Amino acid sequence: MTFEQIIFYLFSAVLVTAAVGMVTVRNPVYAALCLILSFFTSAALWLLLEAEFLGIVLVLVYVGAVMVLFLFVIMMLDLNLDPLKEGFARYAPVGFLVAAVIAVEMIMVLQSGPFQTTTPAAAAPANNTEALGAILYTDYVYPFEIAAVILVVAIIAAIVLTLRRRPDARKQDISQQVQVRREDRVRLVKMKAETKEQA
Amino acid sequence: MVNIAIATPEIFLLSTICLILLIDLVLKDTDRMVTYLLSQVALLATALLVFSSMGSEKITGLNDMYVRDDLGGVLKVSILLLTAGVFVYARKYLRDKKLWRGEFFLLALFAVLGMMVMASANNLLVVYLGLELLALSMYALVAFNRDDGRSTEAAMKYFVLGAVASGLLLYGFSMLYGLSGKLDIAGVAAYISAQNVMQNLPLLFALVFVVAGISFKFGAVPFHMWVPDVYQGAPTAVTLFLGSVPKVAALAMLLRVLAESLGVANPAWAQMLLVFGLLSVFLGNIVAIAQFNLKRMLAYSTIAHMGFILLGSLSGSTEGYSAALFYTITYAMMAAGGFAILILLGKEGVEAETLDDIKGLNERSPWYAFIMMLLLFSMAGIPPTVGFYAKLSIIQAVMQAGYLWPAIIMVVMSVIGAFYYLRAIKMMYFDKPDNAEPITAEADFNILLGVNGVLMLVLGLFPGTLMGICSAAMVASQL
Repeated sequence: MTFEQIIFYLFSAVLVTAAVGMVTVRNPVYAALCLILSFFTSAALWLLLEAEFLGIVLVLVYVGAVMVLFLFVIMMLDLNLDPLKEGFARYAPVGFLVAAVIAVEMIMVLQSGPFQTTTPAAAAPANNTEALGAILYTDYVYPFEIAAVILVVAIIAAIVLTLRRRPDARKQDISQQVQVRREDRVRLVKMKAETKEQA
Repeated sequence: MVNIAIATPEIFLLSTICLILLIDLVLKDTDRMVTYLLSQVALLATALLVFSSMGSEKITGLNDMYVRDDLGGVLKVSILLLTAGVFVYARKYLRDKKLWRGEFFLLALFAVLGMMVMASANNLLVVYLGLELLALSMYALVAFNRDDGRSTEAAMKYFVLGAVASGLLLYGFSMLYGLSGKLDIAGVAAYISAQNVMQNLPLLFALVFVVAGISFKFGAVPFHMWVPDVYQGAPTAVTLFLGSVPKVAALAMLLRVLAESLGVANPAWAQMLLVFGLLSVFLGNIVAIAQFNLKRMLAYSTIAHMGFILLGSLSGSTEGYSAALFYTITYAMMAAGGFAILILLGKEGVEAETLDDIKGLNERSPWYAFIMMLLLFSMAGIPPTVGFYAKLSIIQAVMQAGYLWPAIIMVVMSVIGAFYYLRAIKMMYFDKPDNAEPITAEADFNILLGVNGVLMLVLGLFPGTLMGICSAAMVASQL
């Protein structure tokens, strides 16, 4: 076993453990932290494959931005995730059975001829950020643009589904505030002057 | 070979959508009609652009990612025109239910863009991206009635199952890429034709995932679980859209992926489609009988119809593909008309969705009852409506491909399925209405519904023109 293989198995073991932990731990914050750990280890696997751009992007985007936001949401919403896990014991046997069947099938397939290549089909480019940049906006400009449109749809959909006027919300109307006159606010009440005895 | 001009219709549609998005932002709530009219203009102008580029040779552009051929043209024109019709129907519903917002039209237009991308995709990556654009817009549309718990629940189910199906499809594509090293349709086809498909285990493995992903988008058994719940939970205007136009896009995906790139592997995927198709025809027609909710009944009827389309495509012949295309386009019209009647029966704040609502429709409005009868006859496949001819041509193609028993099962199940359509017709004509209020709709709605119903009859009597267009498109694309 070469050094590279040892590292690969080490990171893979951590990745699988973290992924299992993510779905089984009770505390949602721990679950999010497990997910972060699995992102980190998969980024390390990317680095092993000499795809340093993808590895760094995974850490920057998912760990740095998405998961931090996610942790905020979990902490602010104070979710009770127990009801979500109710059926776990009931469905687990069926789930494991299906997973086992698929795993066996995949192992059979991946051990067959076409995947037993030892040499990569093309030499790895010296700088894969540059290599990606060179084709992303030229050869793959059409899929790239469609992906951009998908992001626009995601923004519109998120706004449509969350932005709505709650009837009980109180908000300021600046123009009304500015236009207010003394008569609207101040009420003069006529009272008898108090005498010394009454006080 | 960039040739950006080849994608003019898509670019035009996208620019118009962005423009409408900005205009909609500054409009007052009372002026949403402008958004609606602009959306209609965008659809019709794009249809015109696509139509004007048809009839030429098959060419590819945008680095071989995009293909312009007559098949794509026919698919795109039908998607655009059907959507324009859907918008006319949806307008009444959105007004009645206080959902009259510009985002409905914008999201639907984005979905149309995704379908157009799928229809002229020449690369598996582009197929997938178009599919995601369509699916993402549809998830948001299903949840459009945000305050209705059923709508949100339906969207959640659709989203989770849809994501799993996209994952399956993508996994299949990645296996194909791993095997062939190619993502473009011609490259994959060239790789497949050099293989002994039935002996190639990894290839069969990839095929299973691809076929499963495509069947999910059709809503064929055993990937049909989402269809009834989503149809019932979504606002009827969205069900109308979801139940008609995306079926054309699903067929586009089937034709591009299975027929064009994996055409040589036909013996392998034909078996899967045979099982899925027969199960759909069987389960759809049987379970629909037990449904009292009209939206669920139409959902199960959709499953049965999708079974027919899958069975038509499995023959791998020009006749089979053109019959499937003919069936899909006419089915989309029938479904749109059927849901339009449901919209018509609903009132402000009340959804019409059970069989009780169509009781005595003839007394309330003989004209609408007649249209609904034509639509239901067509769905049941009773001559002289178009549904009969569509079913006939599918069964012919299946028999020509040598599948005698499946053809017999299809006929028997169609006869059983006719029961629930005829039950609905009986309720319209022979039962007393629960409320005898007259039904009213605006002129554009009435005219379109009339045309829709009469088309069922006209296309049934003279199917030659549409069938000719369908088979010419297949021949031009060498399918």
